[in-house]
Amino acid sequence: MKRSTSTILTKAIAALAAAVLSAATLTACGGSSAPGGGGGTGAGATGSAADLDAALQKGGELTYWTWTPTGQAQADAFMKQHPKVRVKVVNAGTGGDHYTKLQNAVKAGAGAPDVAQVEYYALQQFAISDALLDLKQYGLGGLKDLYTPSTWEAVNVGDGLYGLPQDSGPMIMAYNKEVFDENGIDVPATWEEYIAAAKKIHEADPKAYITNDAGDPGFINPLIWQAGGRPYQVDGTNVRIDLQDEGTKKWAGMWNRLLQPGLLSDIPSWSDDWYKALNNGDIATLITGAWIPGILESSVEQGKGKWRIAPVPSYDGSPDTSENGGSSQAVLKQSKNPALAAAFLRWLNSSDESIGVFMEGGGFPSTVKQLNSAEFLGETPEYFGGQKINEVMVKASQHVTSGWRYLPFQVYANSAFADTAGQSYIKRGDLNAGLQAWQAQLVTYGNQQGFTVNK
Amino acid sequence: MTTKHRTINPRARRAGSRSRARRRNPLLAPRKSLALTIVTATFLVYALLPIAWLLINATKTQPDLLSTFGLSFGSSFALGDNIAATLAYDDGIFLRWLGNTLLYVLAGAGGATLLATLGGYGLAKYRFPGRGAYFAVVLGAIAVPGTALAVPTFLLFSQLGLTNTPWAIIIPSLVSPFGLYLIWAYTVESVPTEVLEAARLDGAGELRTFFSISIRLLTPGIVTVALFAIVATWNNYFLPLIMLSDPQWYPLTIGLNQWNAQAQGVGAEPIFNLVITGSLLTIVPIVAIFLFMQRFWQSGLGAGSVKQ
Repeated sequence: MKRSTSTILTKAIAALAAAVLSAATLTACGGSSAPGGGGGTGAGATGSAADLDAALQKGGELTYWTWTPTGQAQADAFMKQHPKVRVKVVNAGTGGDHYTKLQNAVKAGAGAPDVAQVEYYALQQFAISDALLDLKQYGLGGLKDLYTPSTWEAVNVGDGLYGLPQDSGPMIMAYNKEVFDENGIDVPATWEEYIAAAKKIHEADPKAYITNDAGDPGFINPLIWQAGGRPYQVDGTNVRIDLQDEGTKKWAGMWNRLLQPGLLSDIPSWSDDWYKALNNGDIATLITGAWIPGILESSVEQGKGKWRIAPVPSYDGSPDTSENGGSSQAVLKQSKNPALAAAFLRWLNSSDESIGVFMEGGGFPSTVKQLNSAEFLGETPEYFGGQKINEVMVKASQHVTSGWRYLPFQVYANSAFADTAGQSYIKRGDLNAGLQAWQAQLVTYGNQQGFTVNK
Repeated sequence: MTTKHRTINPRARRAGSRSRARRRNPLLAPRKSLALTIVTATFLVYALLPIAWLLINATKTQPDLLSTFGLSFGSSFALGDNIAATLAYDDGIFLRWLGNTLLYVLAGAGGATLLATLGGYGLAKYRFPGRGAYFAVVLGAIAVPGTALAVPTFLLFSQLGLTNTPWAIIIPSLVSPFGLYLIWAYTVESVPTEVLEAARLDGAGELRTFFSISIRLLTPGIVTVALFAIVATWNNYFLPLIMLSDPQWYPLTIGLNQWNAQAQGVGAEPIFNLVITGSLLTIVPIVAIFLFMQRFWQSGLGAGSVKQ
């Protein structure tokens, strides 16, 4: 990590010089719209599977927007195999920032990358706004059997295939065994037991909570999904929003029993306080996606040996679960070289080599073969006390219930959550009231955007 | 604090008896007030506490950050390691961002100061058709916050193919209606038309008059405008946020935010210690510029109040 001051100084000067130089030469380049090679078939072109191999032979340049930690390593491996192709990996932001920029570029008609990371919850939005290329024209629909059913369902919108799954996040429960043992708590199998455990933990130590929830739509959507709720129904531009359907109410009723008596910590997820509370045991469980182990291992060092993975608590003893998070990669219609972009995407999310690099970085894949490999299932990470955590998580991936849809304006919906449903969290009021306020906001917004919502 | 008084007082004395009478009271013989002292002390603590927090926490490792009290030191003193790691992270991208920020400040704030000086001086000292209308537009533009213009500017620039290039930051930074207004006001106050007329009589052209006479009289005003522009460009956040998508062109503000966002979601890689150390490194140059230039600024702001 350490470098001598002289190299740092040289770097500083070089960076400065480079910045000044490139600014001076920019007039000559005139922006970034110059197509590489001119062999592009134009945006939204049709093609076939053979085009992909031809495009790889011919080569060219691609821009790939991602915040996946292994993104650069995967691109490097790709370029080693296909030396004629140059992939420029750009981290344009994480989550929301990334979508704002992507949306801006789509609206402006220029500046979008060829390939971009798009989380499952946002994919529908970009597909419907005509930003993404339907990959079926390149025969990528034939890759279906490689992926778990729930991730494949997530990348198919209407009749089109708008991305290939990268990772998946079947919902599980990570728990701090030390805290459980101190309080004499058995791993809760049902939400009833979970609520009882929450009381016990908080009574024993008023600083400690079973989990945190400051009102996070990315967290409650999977919980509603698990409870059997299907609040969003989409058919073209016809949208139905019912945040009071049976499953949603079932979840809200259960969660009210944690929220209203103050059994949930109000620390926002991903904040420094949150990492702190995970480290010192003030947060005892996380109901989260199967991608959590890598984050615990690298950033919750004091939890080493204490954390374990268990199935998510259920309402009725069934192993049903949902997907929490996870991303696909998609080809933008703006791409000047869609065949090459699709070829890169195919390699990125279906080749053993690429997925291998992704998994080495701690990723949880979406491909059946890798999920079920004996090596993966047999891993016994020391951090989790030698538990075969992948067995638990892969089993969860097989019990993700189907039929879930996100809204075609879910990115907006999530940003509107705090002002509406978030109020229930602040007041510790009835979540159903908050959900209704959220719904009212979403119906108005959707209709303004040209969707037909609840009409 | 005492040095400030010393730099101002001789000027006050030189500035003529009437103004001296007005200025002497609060400065030379301040009344002592316990209530005011407490209020001022509160504000001082309020202003310094975040900086103290930043300084203290820049010395902690990430595990210490997440396990110790915010205003106490951690188990090890890791400031040096943190700085080295900040500068080295991701192939030294921080230095690239620093270079970008400097570029935007030099070109953007420098250009803004130059244009504001030329425009403000011209409006103050020359009569030409449309002057009143032009001046009204400038005054009106002061009322429009830059943030409100960011999205239209983005759409405009993307039509021109300039988004995601340094021009997208530099060109909007060049326009400073407030700076122009400030120079106009300053010129009216401190560049006597008689001096210009004398120069013209002696055969100096307009450019020569401007560069050898006016610009010297205007120096405090120009420094004031430059300081405003430098601070605004250094801290510029929203414009680069929407204009730039390639981290290679990010200024420090956006880059640090990207580091901070790394703590979120699938594949989270929190680097809070680098975000904090990076923030500290980011404010050091601007604090230095401020301390260096504030003496000009003080005389600049005071200038309008002195009647000759």
